[in-house]
Amino acid sequence: MSGLSGSLLLLRGHLRRDRWMILWWSLASAAVFWSQGGAMANLYATQAEFDKAAASLEGNAAFIAMLGPARALDTVGGQAFWQSSAFCAVLAGLMSMFVIGRHTRAEEESGRDELVRSGAIGRYAPLVAALLAAVVANVVLGLATAAGLLALRGDSPLRGMPLPVADSVASGVGLAACGIVFSATALVAAQLTQSTRTMYGIAGIVLGAAYLLRAVGDLGNGVASWLSPIGWYQAMHPYSGLRWWPLAVMLVGAAVGLGLAVLLFGRRDVGSGILAARPGPPTAGRSLHSSLGLAWRLQRGSVIGWTLGLAVSGLAYGSMGDSVEDLVGDSGFAVDAVAGGQADNLLDGFYGTALVMLALLAAGFAISSAGRPRAEEEATHLESVLVAGVPRQTWLAGHLLVTVAGTFAVLLAGGLGLGAGYAAMTGDLDAFRRYGVPVVAYLAPVLALSGLTRLLYGVAPRRLWLAWVALGFCVVVLMFGDVLELPDWMQSLSPFHQMPLVPAEEFDITPFLLVAAVAALLSGAGQMAFRRRDIG
Amino acid sequence: MSGESVIEIEGLVKTFGPVRALDGLDLKVAPGEVHGFLGPNGAGKSTTIRVLLGLLRKDAGSVSLLQGDPWREAASLHRRLAYVPGDVSLWPNLTGGEAIDLLGRLRGGIDPARRADLIERFELDPTKRGRSYSKGNRQKVALVAAFAADVELLLLDEPTSGLDPLKEETFTELVEEFRAGGGTVLLSSHILAEVEKLCDRVSIIRAGRIVEAGTLTDLRHLTRTSVDVTLGGSPAGIDELPGVHDAVVEGQRVRCQVETDQLDALLGALHQRGVRTLVCQPPTLEELFLRHYGDETGDEAGDETGDQADGQRGAEVGETA
Ligand SMILES: Nc1ncnc2c1ncn2[C@@H]1O[C@H](COP(=O)(O)OP(=O)(O)OP(=O)(O)O)[C@@H](O)[C@H]1O
Ligand SMILES: [Mg+2]
Repeated sequence: MSGLSGSLLLLRGHLRRDRWMILWWSLASAAVFWSQGGAMANLYATQAEFDKAAASLEGNAAFIAMLGPARALDTVGGQAFWQSSAFCAVLAGLMSMFVIGRHTRAEEESGRDELVRSGAIGRYAPLVAALLAAVVANVVLGLATAAGLLALRGDSPLRGMPLPVADSVASGVGLAACGIVFSATALVAAQLTQSTRTMYGIAGIVLGAAYLLRAVGDLGNGVASWLSPIGWYQAMHPYSGLRWWPLAVMLVGAAVGLGLAVLLFGRRDVGSGILAARPGPPTAGRSLHSSLGLAWRLQRGSVIGWTLGLAVSGLAYGSMGDSVEDLVGDSGFAVDAVAGGQADNLLDGFYGTALVMLALLAAGFAISSAGRPRAEEEATHLESVLVAGVPRQTWLAGHLLVTVAGTFAVLLAGGLGLGAGYAAMTGDLDAFRRYGVPVVAYLAPVLALSGLTRLLYGVAPRRLWLAWVALGFCVVVLMFGDVLELPDWMQSLSPFHQMPLVPAEEFDITPFLLVAAVAALLSGAGQMAFRRRDIG
Repeated sequence: MSGESVIEIEGLVKTFGPVRALDGLDLKVAPGEVHGFLGPNGAGKSTTIRVLLGLLRKDAGSVSLLQGDPWREAASLHRRLAYVPGDVSLWPNLTGGEAIDLLGRLRGGIDPARRADLIERFELDPTKRGRSYSKGNRQKVALVAAFAADVELLLLDEPTSGLDPLKEETFTELVEEFRAGGGTVLLSSHILAEVEKLCDRVSIIRAGRIVEAGTLTDLRHLTRTSVDVTLGGSPAGIDELPGVHDAVVEGQRVRCQVETDQLDALLGALHQRGVRTLVCQPPTLEELFLRHYGDETGDEAGDETGDQADGQRGAEVGETA
């Protein structure tokens, strides 16, 4: 009772602060489902064409790994759900993570939380209010998604139209439940560490693991998918024999997470984490000798974390190679534009897509690393360094170097992990050279996104989040560009779209150099602009 | 005042969108002086210091720092000065000791003996990580880093906020040592006792402009002394003397305020009427500042300065009649 008093008051404040953010995430999710459903009618004039496409997609391991288990792909609903569900589950997971993070750990870290707690607020109220805010956000997102699907009308010769209402509702409700599970895991993460940055790291790893586990399961025997909240959501099978009971699995999962978070919270002091900060060295070591040394020290943890994360993701993709071959054996229709009909090419096609996915993940590191200077500036650490006689350019160049070198390491780790995964499954050591190393080709587009971040940092530091929108755009072009029939000029805005799909396609140095030049230009312009602007 | 000014600002304007934070500010700090920089919250003190540090770009006016341009020559000038902000934020995963070393090394090295001495004088534990320091201890980390630097100028923006009285004493000693070594200090502070103890000259800023500058003695002359006198003769006419204000006459007793530069004339007039008892109180520091902080009469800013300077009231101030 009294432990919860004030929860609703806090909740109202949270929702006020978050309303635009929730709206945008919800619209994004609704738009993805709605546009995928709508696109089918444009793409295929007759059911015969649709059937043919569905048959080829069913055997495409790259798509299954990226999207989910292929079910009822010859219906509009089945296609829409297949194309959209994993992506939107990640959207819901990210939204949940940010909503939870900003109302729990970020508040505690900044000390604002103490002001709130000094009021007539129960001990557990901030925790519960944050979770409720995330629940409301996910419900809104789920409802918007369901509404988007329900809005798909019109006469179409394709099977599955109009969409069954129950399945459309289930798509939204399940998505909300899946997001609520990720809210609960984020809430647990928020109890573990003092720093918001680390909390987002942990929650992000959970989300990434959920995505990968279901990919492994969907290509293999399906067990791993049951370890993933995204797998639970997709197990509801909307438009392909809808079942409601996985919803209960998700709600139980969320309840377990909440219980764990409450338990952990009860065992720690407000403001600290479960993992306590220990005293450190009284003097600085050799590495802390310059602003470059500082930049490395500050980003070290994140470079190591992302490198490991990409290595593990690579391993997961690599180990799927076996299943890809099985899938080819099973399916008579394993023919696809990329693969050109041969089993070898099919594997190349699969790993081509896997490498782009890894590169998009690495872009997450590149953007957050290029945005790190902003955090230093906002925390007023930058002024201490500048006033100690470091020129602005030198300071920013230190961070640039860490970003570029770190991006290379992270990307390569993904490729090598992939090679190792494949080699471990098949004993074929050539996999490193054949499937792993080509990932380096994506250094250019990934750095182009970090260059954009740097430009924003120099010109409009408050709009740094636009770099994440750009990454979102690249993902949309990759995943949905063709289905949505986005115009060529728009797709070619994505630097990833410029690159050949190595190893399925031949590496070409020209686009690599061009995109790298754009990256350098953006970064240089940002560096120049940073020289001219106010700090703070 | 010998030599060129260490800081010379003329007509400085800095706007943030619609907000005119600095509106034609003039400031001069001579070599070797400790210059107090005072003014109500939001007056523009920190903004001025950030322009001096080359962190903010001025919109108009001229600014010279150590005979250089703080915007264009930022890095080389920074090696000759140190800065302590009022709200120090440390790297969460670096210890205080690491932060001190890092900042020292960025300037080209730190004297280990000096560092050890300062850490001892401030009783700082250098093994704690940034986020586990208390407010005062964070402040101490920045102070150790600043005083360990071998520089000519200190820019201090409320440097002692959060320090306990003992450490504040240490700070005062260090500033005095620094001045004795020929250094110059610009000290922004709300603690009037600190200002009174340390500063040779002060500038008072309000709404982005300097409204008063000079030594404390100069400033006292601009304000009023309160006089409570019982006369032998008739008090008639006292309240009409130039510079006399708020006179209250009760029989033989007169209480009034007199502008300090008219004090001599008033005493002459009183003397003619025969003085029985006389209490003459110079303006306290608070009265001095409240006059400039508040709207006209100084009743607005009472809360923010009054309590800090309590106990300082009436202490060892100026000339008494
Ligand atoms: N980055 C900024 N953007 C917008 N306005 C600003 C910014 N920095 C300062 N200001 C405004 O400029 C004015 C002067 O602020 P400043 O911090 O210099 O005051 P101050 O004299 O240091 O006050 P205090 O005694 O509270 O420290 C204030 O009105 C403040 O709101
Ligand atoms: Mg200030």
